[in-house]
Order: sequence, then C-alpha cells, then structure tokens
Amino acid sequence: MAVYQHDVIVVGAGLAGMRATLAAQEAGADVAMITKVHPVRSHSNAAQGGINAALESRGDSWDDHAYNTVKGSDYLGDQDAIEIMCQEAGSAVLELEHMGVIFNRDEDGRLGTRHFGGQEVARTFFVADITGQALLHALYEQVMKYNPRVYEEWFVTSLVVEDGKCCGVVALELMTGKLHLMKAKSIILATGGTGRCFEPSTNGLVVTADGQGLAYEIGIPLMDMEMVQYHPTTLKGNGVLMTEGARGEGAYLLNSEGERFMKTYAPNMMELASRDVVSRSEQTEINEGRGIDGCVLLDLRHLGRELIETKLAYINEVALDFANINLAEEPCPIRPGNHYEMGGIKTDVHGLTSMPGLYAAGECANVSVHGGNRLGANSLLDTVVFGKRAGIHAAGYSKQIEQINVPDSIISKDEERIKSFFDKKSNTDTPATIRLAMGQAMNEGLAVFRDEAGMQAAYKTILELKDRYKRLGVHDTGKIFNTNLLFAFELGFMLDTAETICVGALARKESRGAHYRTDMPDRDDENWMKHILVTNTGKDLPVVSFLPVNVTRWEPQVRSY
Amino acid sequence: MKVKLDVGRYNPEADENNHFREEFELEVEDHFTVLDALMQIRDYEDPSLAMRCSCRASICGSCAMKVNGTSGLACNTKIIDVIRKDGSVKVDPAGNLPVVKDLVVDMQPFWNKMREIKPYIQVKGPEPEAEYIAPQQSMLDLVGAVGCIMCGACYSDCTVLEVDNNFLGPAALAKASRFIDDPRDEMDAERFAQLNQYTGVWDCTRCMACVEVCPKGVFPMDRIMSIRDKIMNAGMKNTNGARHAEGFASIIKNYGTLDETQLVIKTFGVFNPIVALSNIKSLFGLLPVAFRAFRKKKLPPIFHHKIVGVAFIKKIFKKLEA
Repeated sequence: MAVYQHDVIVVGAGLAGMRATLAAQEAGADVAMITKVHPVRSHSNAAQGGINAALESRGDSWDDHAYNTVKGSDYLGDQDAIEIMCQEAGSAVLELEHMGVIFNRDEDGRLGTRHFGGQEVARTFFVADITGQALLHALYEQVMKYNPRVYEEWFVTSLVVEDGKCCGVVALELMTGKLHLMKAKSIILATGGTGRCFEPSTNGLVVTADGQGLAYEIGIPLMDMEMVQYHPTTLKGNGVLMTEGARGEGAYLLNSEGERFMKTYAPNMMELASRDVVSRSEQTEINEGRGIDGCVLLDLRHLGRELIETKLAYINEVALDFANINLAEEPCPIRPGNHYEMGGIKTDVHGLTSMPGLYAAGECANVSVHGGNRLGANSLLDTVVFGKRAGIHAAGYSKQIEQINVPDSIISKDEERIKSFFDKKSNTDTPATIRLAMGQAMNEGLAVFRDEAGMQAAYKTILELKDRYKRLGVHDTGKIFNTNLLFAFELGFMLDTAETICVGALARKESRGAHYRTDMPDRDDENWMKHILVTNTGKDLPVVSFLPVNVTRWEPQVRSY
Repeated sequence: MKVKLDVGRYNPEADENNHFREEFELEVEDHFTVLDALMQIRDYEDPSLAMRCSCRASICGSCAMKVNGTSGLACNTKIIDVIRKDGSVKVDPAGNLPVVKDLVVDMQPFWNKMREIKPYIQVKGPEPEAEYIAPQQSMLDLVGAVGCIMCGACYSDCTVLEVDNNFLGPAALAKASRFIDDPRDEMDAERFAQLNQYTGVWDCTRCMACVEVCPKGVFPMDRIMSIRDKIMNAGMKNTNGARHAEGFASIIKNYGTLDETQLVIKTFGVFNPIVALSNIKSLFGLLPVAFRAFRKKKLPPIFHHKIVGVAFIKKIFKKLEA
C-alpha cells in the first residue's frame, strides 16, 4: 500500500475545488486535488447563465446585490456571509477575466452584463450560455499552468479522523482498483451537489452528494438540507437545463392559454422573479389545468434568431437535439426540475466546518449565502469566492500543524467494506434500482409543493432503501475501472444525504424559500427564522438542532416580486 | 422498438479473449440516445460494462466513442437516427488512444499534447487593475473555440494521428488558436515558432475528419488553417508546408492546373542547396512513389502546359490578392 502525504488535499475539481487548490498553492502549501472524474468533466460545466457581481466602478453597489441575495434567500441566508460574497464578487470576476475567461463585452470593450432573476440591476457577467464551461476550462488552464498534483479518477471513500481532527482521506484509484491512504494537514471538500438523490434532475450522473455523505458519516452537521432548488426551466423529456439567461434576455413563460401567467404571481419582476417563486407559479398553472402535458412553455421567438444563435446557442442546440424544437420558431415545453441544493456541510466564512482540518466549499457547503433560495448566477460566485477563501485558510492552518499521526492500518475499514460488497454479490439488488427508487420518492415527496404526508412517505421509502442498501452486493469483482463498486459507494452517500433532506424538511414547520408546505403555507419568522442542522451521532436516526440566522442589516420583510 | 447494440469490449483482467464483441438486445424508446441504451445495459444487465459519462447534455465531454466507426458523443447520438442511417448500431471505444477497459480509453496522450501548447493566457506587461479592454466582437469570435469540451472525438478520428502519434492533434491546435486569436494574449511569436515545427500545424492533411465529427462545431481544421495563414503572414515561410502552400498557389496562378513535379521541387526547395539538403531524406522517400507512378503510367509530364484561359485565372488571383 502506498501512502501519500500533502499539506492540503482538495476533494473535487469543479470550480470550487480548482479555485481552492490554486489559492492554497499560491499561499505556499503543498496541495493536491483528488477527483473522481477529470477536472473538465465536473458538473460546474453545466452552469449556463453567468456569474453575479456588483462592480462598484460601474456605479453598481454590492449592497444592493447583498440585499437581493438576502431577499432571494427568504431571509434564511447568513447576512455576514452574504456581505462577504457580494463585496468580493467584483474582484473575483476580474480575477477570472485575467485568467482568460472570454466574458461578453459591451460596446466599449468593457465587461458586459445581462439580467438575471431576483435582481432589478443587470449584474450578471457571462460567456454566451456556456459560462460554467468557460470558467471551468479557464481554471483548468491555470491548473495546467501551475501544475499542482492531481489524482485523477480517484474516489474518496472515507475521511480520516484522529484526535478530533480531520487528517486525511482513503481513496480508491479507479484505474487500478487500489485503495490508498492519503494523509493531509487539512482537507477541503468541494464535491458539488445532491442532484442524483432526485430523479429527474438537471444534474450530471456524477453529482452524488459525496462530500455531504463523507462529512455526515463523521458527525459533521449538514445545514438547511430541506432547501432544494427546483429550476423553473428544465426541458421536457430528459430534464436538461434551459438557462435562466433566456428569460434574462427577455423570453416569456406561457401557459396553455398563451398567457404570460407570471403577471398573476409576480407582477413587477414577471419571469425574472426568484426561482422558487417562478417554479411554484409554473407548478400551480400545471396543477390547475393550464399546462400542456405537465409542462408550460418557454417562448423565445420574439428575441429573434440572431440573438438566440449568439447568446443562447447552447440551449438552442439542446432544444434541437433533445426535443426537436427550433427555439426561433416554436415555444419549448419546460417544467420545474431538481437543480441545486442550497443546504450543505455547515461552514464558517472561511469554509471551516465544525472539525479542525476539515473545510468545505461550493455546492456541498453551506456558508450560508443562499438560505432558502439561491439567486441564479450566485452559485458560480459562491464557488470562486468561498473556494478561494477555503484554500487560503486551509493553507494557513496547515502551516501550524507539525505532523500527521495516522496509523496506516486505518485503511482496513474501507478494505473490509469493499470485500463485504463483493461477498454479497449473490444479492440481486443493484445500485441503479435503489437509486431510481430513491430519486423517484424524493421527487414525489420533496419537490416544489410539499406536505407532511408526502414527506413522511418519502422518508419511509428512504429508510426502507437504506435497509436494502445494507444487503447490496457488487457484482463486478474486477479491479480496473470498476464503476459497479464506485456506484455502490456513491449510493451510500446519496441515501444518507437524502435522509438529511427528509429530516430537515419534516422539521421545518413553515414555508420558506424552496421549502413550500401546502399544509403550512406561511413563513413564520417568529419561530422558524433559524437554520436546521441534521447530524449523525452514530445512532439509528439523525439528531436535529438549530442555529440562529445571522442578521446584520436586513430584517425580514414580506417577500414579493 | 427493439434494437441490438454490438459493443466492442475489452477486459484487461481476463486471461484470454480479452478483446471481444458482445451483442445486447434491448427495448428502447424513440428519444433514447446511444448513452441511454448503454446505461440501460450497464445498470440492469451487465454492471461490468465500463464507460465514462456524466452530464447527458453534450457539455462535459466524457462519453466520446465510436458509433458505427465514427466518433461522437454517445449522449447526443439518437439510436433511431443511427438505425435509420446505417440499419444497425455498433459501439467502440475512441480511437488513437489506448483502451483501458471496454469503452474507456486512456486520455493521457491527449492531455499531454494539450499541455504542450501552453494552454493558458500569457501576457508580458502587468495586469490592468480592471478588466482588459477587448472589442466585443473579438470575444464573440472566441466562443467557437472556447466551446471545445475536450471530448477527444476529433483526436479519435484524426487520420494523421493514425500514422504519426506525435502530431499535436486537432483539439490542442484549436486550443492554441484560441490564444493566438485572443487580443489579450501576447505570445503569438512563441506560439508560432512552436506550431511551425514538426508535430504542429503543417502536419495536418486537411482531411476534414475533425470538422465532421466535432460535436460542438469547433471546426478544428479551419483553426489549424488560420494558424498557418498567420504564421506565413508573420514571415515564417521556411517550412515545407509554407513552400507547399505558396508553390501550389503560384503554379495554379501560372498554369491553371496543378503540376505535381514542380510542386515537389518547390516544396522541397530543390534549387536551394540548404533547404534541399535538409529534405534529402524526404526526397529519397519519394523515389519509390515516383517509381510506382512510372510503372502505372501515372507519372506527371515533365513539361507542364498552361490551360487555355489561364489569363482569367490570373485575374482571379489579382482580385483575391487585392
């Protein structure tokens, strides 16, 4: 068994992971990145619309961006963290520009913006409708330039804890099937969201709640997991994302009667209200019989072919490839679909979790800047701002640690687990069948509209599936590129995470942000303006606890758009 | 609809018959992609089937492979279209790269070449405090090249790589063009010097395969050609490639048709002793070709004749050159 050692290990190589890695390296740390897929395959790719920043030099104010974010979060976001994010946004975007991102320009050659939801000011910087891809590849260019160690297609199976500190990971090398102990003074989880806990989801197949599962396993609290964003515009059929940028550029949402129905729900902001609001409005139209085959329509025709082909080329391609629709000629059927997890591993504004040495950044973390509902184009911002902060802090912390005391034998637990998966191969259950049942149950009980009975039913299913998971075997016993084994591990992380989503949702006795209960439709600031933490204490069921929301300047108001 | 998928498989851990083909029969719906079908097989029939995939929406670039011999993304290739076109579906791993297991290939050579072209923006002076000022159109023009998702479909079907795996390949060269065309990057001269050498832009044979298979409309070959133009415009013409391009043009201009003998002389610089000496190996390499051509009576005439109306051709050139 080979043993590896670094100052900082970053798990995940999407935007948050790469930003953290580059920052830690710049701060002088020996940093390595472990990623289960090649960095440019990461799901940050799929972000389309843009990245928010209020450039003060432009006369915009970060204050206003912060207020929009607080309001968008339905007052559940921590305002100190939101202030930091919005204050650092401008320099974060300029940094990306200096790294080579080909941001859209205005006529003077300066950075140009587009409108995005939940904000009256156009402050979203973008590259056509491939902003995530453009950013991800630009960061990977920097990784190729500065050359930190990257363990590609290595999958982290567990975190190593000694003396109450996180000091390493155990990782499976997919190409060889070998298990490795990797010691580190600090670990940054940057593994992305929880999309595959739901079916369907806009998220890629690799988005399997690994970081959340890893942290939960060692008793780190997950916070506000009930806040699951359903994106208003996902394509009928395979559920692929159609960017909010389309509405930012002026697209309409129409019901079966051809009406711009958002005038009923958000007369001021119309199609550009917050995502939770738009998704609920669409679902209401569909439920009340004004949908078409479970969908409403996204209409871009009036934007003209030229705009569509330059600024929205990718969704034009997606609509043509997957729905046979030419956006310049006909409206496109769309529906709300699982998209983003606002909740995550609880961290402070440096990305530090409740355990020394363990950090989290990006979608797997909850700082919390998104609260009950994330504004479009704030997620890319979150990844680069808090990825960088986590990288810097982790590098600094690592300098104070002299040595790492981890017995090499710690790896045996994961070796046993793999062996036990192989031993149970006579069981006919497969990761795919259990995952599908989980995804459907979650989408049934924890979607746009929720109620006690529906959430209980989903939770019951999750508990049954967890029981089935205990007997799950891995049928492919090969060593090289054994994805059967990989999926078995991922499924464990997803089931634990799905449970925390159910438990959080059942605990929150009100409606706030993305968590809308038809049986408790009102926001209850008196009792519920607080974070819900779900923690694994080693017992059968997780423990629920609460934390107050950090309010700096903005007291809760009625939220209308 | 019932379809059969003929999958080219490889199990590196088997003692014998580790390369084999396997046919899977399955029920698919009209909207099914090749990836949907492969996942169905992997998830419910044979969990050992190895492949890479993630986004299902042609943006992550994981699932490039060959379908009926042509590379592309499995996730945006509809089964029904393949059946309509070819009648059957045969899936194989991407080409020009070592196979790891089943449909998984080792992308390391691809990435090594990407690194060789220094794929990051380089400036000489200090960074501006705010953003670089760049014309709106210059950034829009880069979207095409930046749209490359590094799936490797072009690399897989590149006919040059088939015979010489030192070639940098279409994706890396398209990436290089992205920096050359970026008004912020200031390393054109260094990039030109590198790409002007063996393994660079002159090794492309303009077969168009990369353009045809690219799932994102990057047009790698066109970008390679544009780098060639820029290199020549920068005055770097001491390559067989540049001599070939200029020779080709001048022969057409003066004769109206191609004189292969003259083209060889111009390309290999036969009347320039230094150049000719450096090409001596290539020149001798041509002898067997010439001999075979002679035997088959296909040797071009030594004295080439101008076509009737060559004056018109000259006029066209004049117009183009103006």
